[in-house]
Amino acid sequence: MSGLTGADPWAVLRGATRARVALGRAGDGLPTSRLLEFRAAHAAARDAVHASLDVAALRGALRAAGVAADVVDGLVEVHSAAPDRATYLQRPDLGRRLADGTDLPAGECDLAIVIADGLSPRAVQDHAAGLVAAVLDRLAGWTVAPLVLAAQARVALGDPVGAALGARAVVVAIGERPGLSSADSLGLYMTFAPRPGRADSERNCISNVRPPHGLGYAEAAGTLVALLTAARELGASGVALKDEGPALPPGAG
Amino acid sequence: MTARRASLGGHAYEFPSLVELMAKATPARSGDVLAGCAAESEAERVAAQTVLADLPLTTFLDEQVVGYDEDDVTRLVLDGHDPAAFAPVRSLTVGAFREWLLARAAEGDEAAISGLARGLTPEMVAAVCKLMRNADLVAVGRRTRVVTGLRSTLGLPGRLASRLQPNHPTDDPVGVTASILDGLLHGCGDAVIGINPATDSPAQTIALLELVDAVIARYEIPTQSCVLAHVTTTLRALDAGAPVDLVFQSVAGTQGGNEGFGVTLGQLAEARAGALELGRGTVGRNVTYFETGQGSALSAGAHLGVGGRPVDQQTLECRAYGVARAFDPLLVNTVVGFIGPEYLYDGKQVVRAGLEDHFCGKLLGLPMGVDVCYTNHTDVDGDDTDTLTLLLGAAGCSFVIAVPGSDDVMLHYQSLSFQDVLTARQVLDLRPAPEFETWLQRMDLVDDAGRVRALAPDAPQARALLAAAR
Repeated sequence: MSGLTGADPWAVLRGATRARVALGRAGDGLPTSRLLEFRAAHAAARDAVHASLDVAALRGALRAAGVAADVVDGLVEVHSAAPDRATYLQRPDLGRRLADGTDLPAGECDLAIVIADGLSPRAVQDHAAGLVAAVLDRLAGWTVAPLVLAAQARVALGDPVGAALGARAVVVAIGERPGLSSADSLGLYMTFAPRPGRADSERNCISNVRPPHGLGYAEAAGTLVALLTAARELGASGVALKDEGPALPPGAG
Repeated sequence: MTARRASLGGHAYEFPSLVELMAKATPARSGDVLAGCAAESEAERVAAQTVLADLPLTTFLDEQVVGYDEDDVTRLVLDGHDPAAFAPVRSLTVGAFREWLLARAAEGDEAAISGLARGLTPEMVAAVCKLMRNADLVAVGRRTRVVTGLRSTLGLPGRLASRLQPNHPTDDPVGVTASILDGLLHGCGDAVIGINPATDSPAQTIALLELVDAVIARYEIPTQSCVLAHVTTTLRALDAGAPVDLVFQSVAGTQGGNEGFGVTLGQLAEARAGALELGRGTVGRNVTYFETGQGSALSAGAHLGVGGRPVDQQTLECRAYGVARAFDPLLVNTVVGFIGPEYLYDGKQVVRAGLEDHFCGKLLGLPMGVDVCYTNHTDVDGDDTDTLTLLLGAAGCSFVIAVPGSDDVMLHYQSLSFQDVLTARQVLDLRPAPEFETWLQRMDLVDDAGRVRALAPDAPQARALLAAAR
């Protein structure tokens, strides 16, 4: 590491980590510029948690991404049993249940796709349309239930939704808990034979869908469809699929 | 089991069991609401505190919150209870115990307070904590002395140590080293240089142990390393002859909670014995490190007590300290804002819980530190962590955790920065661990007044340390 002998011996070290090293000091505190950088990152993450989802904009984005008009028009909006954000954050149990009186069209299909705000509505706003379009493109021969958009939702809300729709598998595309440098990360959770009471160990997850910094839509959709196909063959998802299923692309687990 | 009653403001309140009484007497927090055991109103909370204040401390020896036959934590605690240490407060109620503690603290009688530890059960300490205000927790915590050591001495009066936490999302050795050096240049790392590994593989754990051991050896730093892998991974590292200073494990306050962590008391004893055998200490023989946090038992679904009733998270947290103290730790810290808003919702709840955990752990005889931290979905920010840090410094907290710029790029949460540690030491006139302070002087990282120098990136002292990255 010859860079250590240069004018800034930190150059090489900074290149090896995103950690906020060598920030400098003002007295014993942070320099003002560093303080404000940190606040900006925290503010973006906080705002992502508390943003509200613009449903009209999301419908527009789905159309723009190439999702068929009848599919977009058929999108069903549901709400969890958590009435507002403050309750949602304190009562994850309510975010896993549908609001009383929720009516979903019962049927029989291969797959249900749930777009869920989760802890980052911003991630859904930015990435759900592109991701869903890429997934639908790869599902020739699959019967897919009407798209569902779920508010104040946790991952497990996909279980009652999938069960009500009569879906053999459910995919929940959900906003992940924002980090300081990633406020817009979408996670995909796949559960075979969804029904209330499924454990997290019965799901497979693809994390960090957020092009250009994270996983791209095509790559994530390809992995997801490989997982769905494998789950259908095995008749199960989760740990069982990881252990016994076919080899999956990196990041599929 | 007899129901206990109180009337307040013309209303009658009834608490059918000790479990419910303890829960309802607990200052408000979201986790107890989630568990379904919180007081239904502020008045009910005070009614419960009123009943609790009149309860004799001996109640907790006769009546359990979590059953003796069902739970090995209860057995560990009760079988290890020391009646002689309990004698000075044996005749007191919970309310009178609070007054006794405040009186000893005001007199500065550290020996009287600190001598109680093995005579107290977690439930006694949890109970008195529920009656105390934040300032009570600070005043008594400050006069409770717990000193431990391995290659540095922790818990001495007038000192605030820090765990340097150089995490990296892929355990990249240069990236980890960058954070270690940044921390050392800021006078941090005297409690431990402790890494949360990105994976729990034994090979990775051993590689990280060797990396930190090499830095410590090269500069003869009087501190210890730890890779916070699962205890079973550390056992394998010990078998492989790796340089293990400290055995780490997260622990909970119930047998079920510990099963959720995949750990048994037997494994902890075995790993401790293995680390002791290496004889890596110079100033002490404390070779374990535990992390805890309110809400961990509930998140594992292992929070039920006698009668299948939910136990409040603060009482369960104290029971985790009952586990830790059986293994003579160098370090214990609560990770106070990590677990999320469903357990501690906002800054008020996090500050309260941090002070509670520090007080309770110390009173039970633990070298108590705190990871003052938060996630982005909690209503907490840097102002709240400043408040808690300065209160903890006043309370004589053994150590806090620090990461570069408050941003843990592996665990994706915010803890304190190295600058925060320096600020707390400056404001409260606290110093690093004595051996580490001497090392800072030798490396010319502090000035004559003992203040950590603000060095230019290419200062000779910085270059000398950065050579470790070559």
